[in-house]
Amino acid sequence: METLNFDLDVKPLREVNQFLHGDASGLNGKKVVIENPNGAHNIAVGLKSEVDVTIKGHAGYYAAGMNQLAKVTIEGSAGSGVAENMMSGHVHVKGFASNAAGATANGGLLVIDGDAGLRCGIALKGADIIVGGSVGSFSAFMAQAGNFIILGDAGEGLGDSIYEAKVFVRGTVKSLGADCEKKTTSAEDRKILADLLVKAGYADVNPDSFQQYGSARTLYHFHVDNAGAY
Amino acid sequence: MCGIVGLLVRNPKLRDSIGELMLPMLIGMTERGPDSAGMAMFTAPVAADARKFSLYAGVTDFNWTKLGHDFEKHLSIKATIEPKANHAVMTTTLEPATVKIWLKEHYPQLHLLSVGQLMDIYKDIGTPAQVAERYDFKNFKGTHLVGHTRMATESAVTPAHAHPFTAGEDWCLVHNGSLSNANSLRRKLQHEGIEFETDNDTEAACRFLQWRMREGDDLQTALNHGFEELDGFYTLLMGTSTELALVRDPYGCKPAIIAEHDDYVAIASEFRSLAHLPDIKNAKVFEPSPKEMYVWKL
Repeated sequence: METLNFDLDVKPLREVNQFLHGDASGLNGKKVVIENPNGAHNIAVGLKSEVDVTIKGHAGYYAAGMNQLAKVTIEGSAGSGVAENMMSGHVHVKGFASNAAGATANGGLLVIDGDAGLRCGIALKGADIIVGGSVGSFSAFMAQAGNFIILGDAGEGLGDSIYEAKVFVRGTVKSLGADCEKKTTSAEDRKILADLLVKAGYADVNPDSFQQYGSARTLYHFHVDNAGAY
Repeated sequence: MCGIVGLLVRNPKLRDSIGELMLPMLIGMTERGPDSAGMAMFTAPVAADARKFSLYAGVTDFNWTKLGHDFEKHLSIKATIEPKANHAVMTTTLEPATVKIWLKEHYPQLHLLSVGQLMDIYKDIGTPAQVAERYDFKNFKGTHLVGHTRMATESAVTPAHAHPFTAGEDWCLVHNGSLSNANSLRRKLQHEGIEFETDNDTEAACRFLQWRMREGDDLQTALNHGFEELDGFYTLLMGTSTELALVRDPYGCKPAIIAEHDDYVAIASEFRSLAHLPDIKNAKVFEPSPKEMYVWKL
C-alpha cells in the first residue's frame, strides 16, 4: 500500500485536508500518515474515499467529523466532537475522547479505547460506538438508532429520552435518564453485540457480561390521554 | 470562549525557565482569547514581614519614582518599586491595610491588582503575544503560574476586566465560561460587605469563594457551595502560594486538559497549548472530570 506522510509542523493543515478531499480514484487504497498533529482542530474532516489515515498524536476538535468510507486512526486522544456526524467508515481513537464523541453519527464504526467525555453518542442516528473505558454523563441522549457499547461505566442520565438505539454497559450506570430502562438481551441483540466486539478488537470480552438499556417508549408515542388536546 | 493555562514546575532546575515554558502555552490560546491576557506568577517569597503589591497605572508614563518618594515621605517607611510598562510591583514591610488606605487616598488612579508574598499579577488588553511582550513574561522565574486569554462576552474589554482576579493574599483565579447569575450574586455578596471592583462575572465567582472562605470554608467546601450557587458554565483555575487547583462545572461545558509529568504539571483549555512542553510524550495526559476538584501541590 502506498504511504504518504504529512508533517503538520511544516505543512498547513488546510493543504492536508484539501489533499484528503481529492478525487476518490486517486485516494482509494492509499495510506496517509499525519505527524505532529499537536492538538490541531478539524484534522481529516469530511473524508469521502477509502483512504486509511493515521494521526500520530493528539487531535483537537472535530477530528474525522462527517467521515465517509475512510478509516481514521488517532494514536493519541481526540478533542470534542470526534467522528461527529460520521456517515460510514471506521474511526479509531487509541487514547481518550472528549465531549460529544460520535454525536449524531449516521453510520460507520467509532472505537474509543480510552474513556469518552460527556454526551458521547448524543443523538446517535445509526452508527456503532464502542468505548473501551467509561463514558461521561448524558451519553446516548435522544439516541435514535445504532448500537452503543460501553465496556466501563456510564455517568449520570444515560440514554435520556432515547429512541431506538441499543445501549450495552458492562460496568455500572450512575443514573438512567428519562424513559431509559434495562432491557433483556435477545439472541439477535446478543449477536449484534458479539459481532461488534470482534469488529472493534475486543473479541476477548464476554458478550454476556453486559446489561442492555433502551427506550421504555413512553415519551415519543402518541398518548391516548392527550387526544382531547387536538 | 477564553483560554486558561496553568503551570507548576516540580523540577527546581526548570524554575528559572518557567516563563519560556509558559509563553507558547499562553500564545497557543490566542484563538480562544484574543482581546486581553493576564498572568499571576508565583516567585520566590519576599521577607516574612514584607508584602508585594501589584499595581496597574493605565498609562505608560506614570511617575513610579514619585510614588516611592511620596510613600516614604508620608509613611516614614521604604518601599521598593519595580515598574514594568504600566504595571509595577511595590514591596514594603508596612502592613497591607495601611498601604491600601494610603494608595486609595493619594493615588486613586492606581488599581491594586494583588497583595501577597509570592504572587505578581500582570493583565492588560491586547493579544496574548502583545501582553506577554509588554511585561516580559518570557523571563519570568518562579514555581507556578496561572494565565488567561480573554474573549469578552459579558462585560467590557479593559485591563480591570481581564483575568486573573484575586480573593486574598497570594490567591488568584481565572475563568473560562460565563455565569448567568453574576448580578444577583454580586448584590447578595455586597450585602455581606464584600467589595467589588468591576461588573465582571468572573469577579462575582471569585468574590463568592472569597466570601465562603471568609466564613470558614476550606477551598473544597467553598467550591461545593459554588456548585449550588454559580449558575452557568465554568472551568476555574486557582493558584495559591503552594498549589494549583482546577474545577469544571457539573455539565463539563468548558474544556480543560492536564499533563502530569515528573518535572511539571501543565493545564490548558486545549492540548494545542501543551504540545511543545518538554518530553510531553511521556506525560500523563487526561481530561479532568466535571464537578471534581483537582489539586497539585509544589
